[in-house]
Amino acid sequence: MALLEVNNLSIVFGGLRAVDGFNLKIEKGQLYGLIGPNGAGKTTVFNMLTGVYKPTSGTFSLDGENLTGKKAIEINRKGIARTFQNIRLFDNMSVLDNVKIGLSNQKKYTVVESILRLPRYFKEEKEMDEKAIELLKVFDLDKEKDFLASNLPYGKQRKLEIARALATNPKLLLLDEPAAGMNPNETAELMDTIRFVRDRFDMTVLLIEHDMKLVGGICEEITVLNFGKELAHGETSEVLNHPQVVTAYLGE
Amino acid sequence: MKKLLNKKNIISVIVTVALYIAITLLMTSGMLSRQYQSLLVPVGINVILAVSLNLTVGFLGELTLGHAGFMSVGAYTGCLFTIYMDLPTYIEFPIALLIGGIVAALFGIIIGVPALRLKGDYLAIVTLAFGEIIRSVFTNMNITGGAGGLKGIDKTTNYTMVYVLIVITVLVISNLVKSRHGRAICSIRDNIIASESLGINVVYHKLLAFVVAAFFAGVAGVLYGHNLGILKPDTFDFNKSIEILVMVVMGGMGNILGSIIAAIVITILPEVLRGLADYRMLIYSVVLILMMILNASPKFAEYKENLFSKIKIKKVARKENGDGTIRG
Repeated sequence: MALLEVNNLSIVFGGLRAVDGFNLKIEKGQLYGLIGPNGAGKTTVFNMLTGVYKPTSGTFSLDGENLTGKKAIEINRKGIARTFQNIRLFDNMSVLDNVKIGLSNQKKYTVVESILRLPRYFKEEKEMDEKAIELLKVFDLDKEKDFLASNLPYGKQRKLEIARALATNPKLLLLDEPAAGMNPNETAELMDTIRFVRDRFDMTVLLIEHDMKLVGGICEEITVLNFGKELAHGETSEVLNHPQVVTAYLGE
Repeated sequence: MKKLLNKKNIISVIVTVALYIAITLLMTSGMLSRQYQSLLVPVGINVILAVSLNLTVGFLGELTLGHAGFMSVGAYTGCLFTIYMDLPTYIEFPIALLIGGIVAALFGIIIGVPALRLKGDYLAIVTLAFGEIIRSVFTNMNITGGAGGLKGIDKTTNYTMVYVLIVITVLVISNLVKSRHGRAICSIRDNIIASESLGINVVYHKLLAFVVAAFFAGVAGVLYGHNLGILKPDTFDFNKSIEILVMVVMGGMGNILGSIIAAIVITILPEVLRGLADYRMLIYSVVLILMMILNASPKFAEYKENLFSKIKIKKVARKENGDGTIRG
């Protein structure tokens, strides 16, 4: 059984069918790419999969459990975490605290326990600190743990967003244009990071990307969207040479 | 227990106790005039109000203008309780404080559930309306004494009680902020969409901040009633909410120490300027405007930082010389 199964997912805004009959199957451990020209509906797909939008019709399920129409919080707790196209960090909080927000739901201490500073508060805060620093080390961010998130350089902000998403302990990680605004060196480094995340955390990754070098370099399979409809899907090298895909990107 | 006994906590305790002793000494030795002695309680009440409002405005990042409304709910509940109950003061008053806080918190839930769906200006207007509705309800009820005011309240509040309650308020709110719940509250301020995507229950945490703030506003209200001995609905109008908001903004959003200092300055300033009679309010406004401008100016922030770092360097130098002098 596939980890993520999307069947006939559609959403209509007013008269616009932003996504129309979208299908997807991702196996556990796969690196899957979702590509397409601007306005094709890629981010809309992500927003439906994470509960930001409610699909008009169609279903999707994670590990066999139907999550269609569930709220964002619930979907995250069931195991889908994401990053954003325009970075959405908690700017006025420290790098460490950003990751600790992601760990929040795995801890049990109550409001009263934190106000009275009872033993479980200290125990679980310590566990959170250790776990967060461990995650930051993976992304080479542990030296900047006390920096404000907004003071990090751009590439590190992207990494922090991934670390924060991983902190929620997801089964599936959605990356929305992780290489946007990066120079070739940073992109190459990012490719390594994504591969590393997949291997180290045994993660399944679905990513949206415009950088064909990155997509061609790390994705095993891809789906191409155009005007809300699937244009092609399959193994990366085949799909990228598909005549219709080339037309969609470059014109006739 | 061991974890509670770190250096920072011990210093805080020493400073808190020393400040209390210092003020008590000033009072008993007569160095503090009657006029300023009578200001101690109002200053303390405003500190509690400002610190609690900072939780919703500074940490949660939602502009609410109904803090005086929650204060009045607590004030009337607590004062009516002590008027109608015939218990010894030392039992009655703590219960009144608690009941005042709890009823205000309940109102916080009742108002918060529908209102917190709104954002920004809309939330501000709804909470403003709540404050005004509460005020006109109290004006028209018989049990509250109507516009004439609720009279015959025991003047129980003293400086020590207020001081203890300030310590409790600051402790509760700063402990809350430095927990997973407090981080969740701050994350909602910084980016609500990201919070939701990380599984943070936004509704719950917004309500939590709102209710805790309302609780302490209610407690401050009870103290206020038992200080003056009379409650009039008009004292809890829109202007009171704005006054508290000014303290929070001036002290800095999400800065608890700042709120405390701003509450002290803003409460004392009109009294200090009393000698200037006619120009008092003019100078008060000008000082406020100047402080706001300076607060918002990055140059001034830089200057402040330099000043503090200089002090730190001097301290270090003193330590190194060991004799309290600074080598030129």
